[in-house]
Amino acid sequence: MVALGLRKILRDFTLEVSLRIERSEFVVIQGPSGSGKTTLLRIIAGLEKAEGAIEMEGERWLDEDGSLPPQKRSIGFVFQNYALFPTMSVLQNLLFVQNDKSFALHLLRLVDMLDLKERYPHELSGGQKQRVALARAYMRRPKVMLLDEPLSALDPAIRTHLQSKIKELHEEFGTTTFMVSHDVAESYRLADRIVLLERGRVREILDKEALLSHKTHHVGEVVDIKDGKAYVAFMGQIFRIPATKDMEVGQMVPLQIGEIRAL
Amino acid sequence: MIDWTPFTLSFKLAFVTTLILLLIGIPVAWWLANTRSRLKPFIEALVSMPLVLPPTVIGFYVLWLLAPESMIGSLLEKIGIEVVFAFPGLVIGSILYSFPFMVQPLQSGFESVDRSIIEASYVAGKSQLETLLRVVLPAIKPSLLSAIIITFAHTIGEFGVVLMVGGSIPGKTQVASIAIYEYVEALDYEHAHIYSLIMLAISFAVLLSVYWLNRRFKRVAQW
Repeated sequence: MVALGLRKILRDFTLEVSLRIERSEFVVIQGPSGSGKTTLLRIIAGLEKAEGAIEMEGERWLDEDGSLPPQKRSIGFVFQNYALFPTMSVLQNLLFVQNDKSFALHLLRLVDMLDLKERYPHELSGGQKQRVALARAYMRRPKVMLLDEPLSALDPAIRTHLQSKIKELHEEFGTTTFMVSHDVAESYRLADRIVLLERGRVREILDKEALLSHKTHHVGEVVDIKDGKAYVAFMGQIFRIPATKDMEVGQMVPLQIGEIRAL
Repeated sequence: MIDWTPFTLSFKLAFVTTLILLLIGIPVAWWLANTRSRLKPFIEALVSMPLVLPPTVIGFYVLWLLAPESMIGSLLEKIGIEVVFAFPGLVIGSILYSFPFMVQPLQSGFESVDRSIIEASYVAGKSQLETLLRVVLPAIKPSLLSAIIITFAHTIGEFGVVLMVGGSIPGKTQVASIAIYEYVEALDYEHAHIYSLIMLAISFAVLLSVYWLNRRFKRVAQW
């Protein structure tokens, strides 16, 4: 089990999050840009400082006595911009993490990159780079996988393919996973639970049952407000809903399916 | 016959200076590129001082600090190290004089490295030292090479500091640039011409190799 209670003062607001996550759960963190999603992930990784506590399957990663450096936390991290080591080939990128060639080849096979294992990062497309980054993140057999909008720079067809890869890897290793995502469809496809973050606070946690039941909220991002109507991005399309007074562009709002209108 | 001793001395001095500066310069540049300390501007100014100071000033201070009558000088003398008017003195003076030429290219190289590849190495469990050696330095190879070559070339071309600290003792502290000065003083223009021409050729070759290597690396490193 993962338990965390964190506090960090950011420029515009204070990030205050407490969560309990079961082992092997896939948690998607959603929220408008600047709501603290990436910061939350970086704190879990130990790349940023915060007050509070993180307990990871009995191990204390953060408490009042101090913070475990990222090197000592059992994590995999996938960055939005891939962050492959430019002077190493695909295979070397994996072996740098852990010198275990058969495991590296196994992971490269899982992400369909075995044929390109001798290539260098500058010889790969964005989707290929991210598959390598994903495989590399599993090399340490981490307890927690942290994915920071790994697919946001890729086009939709490649996204769908990579979502399947993320799902396959999660099923194979059962690693507890936190993924930051903007994409509602993606979240629904991958998540066991969705954490909605707004200005540094958890606004809502939607669990698997809520996702499956008909009474669920679907959540869309407000992209425009005009003439008493709000325009909302949902499942890869824009819909129109009646606007309420406190709606803002960039906000995630619950949607009533009966209420939404196609443009 | 050309006496090559001043040239071999110049090269020996440049080689030793560059090697020591590499070992000092990498940690200093790494610290400067990563620190948020308030001391940073002070250290940066200090590192760059030799760019604006007359070499004679550096030479004078080195002389004053290391002379046999000084505290450090007398200590060194007791353990049998001769500094002033000897090769070790030339090395110390050159290190100070060429310091910014090593640190500045390295620092800008380090600053240009994508922060996330450093973090990717940390989350892969690698220490800061291992990250520096295996991820960062290979990624800034062009900066590393220009730092080395320019420091080397700059040390070969040095004059004022060497003259102040080392004097002009043939075979001991008389490097090529000083030998040329001595020939001109002695109105021996023929030798001055030959030595100058050799220096000119060496300097051009060094700079040409820097630009050629940079071009090659840029072509390779388009990622």
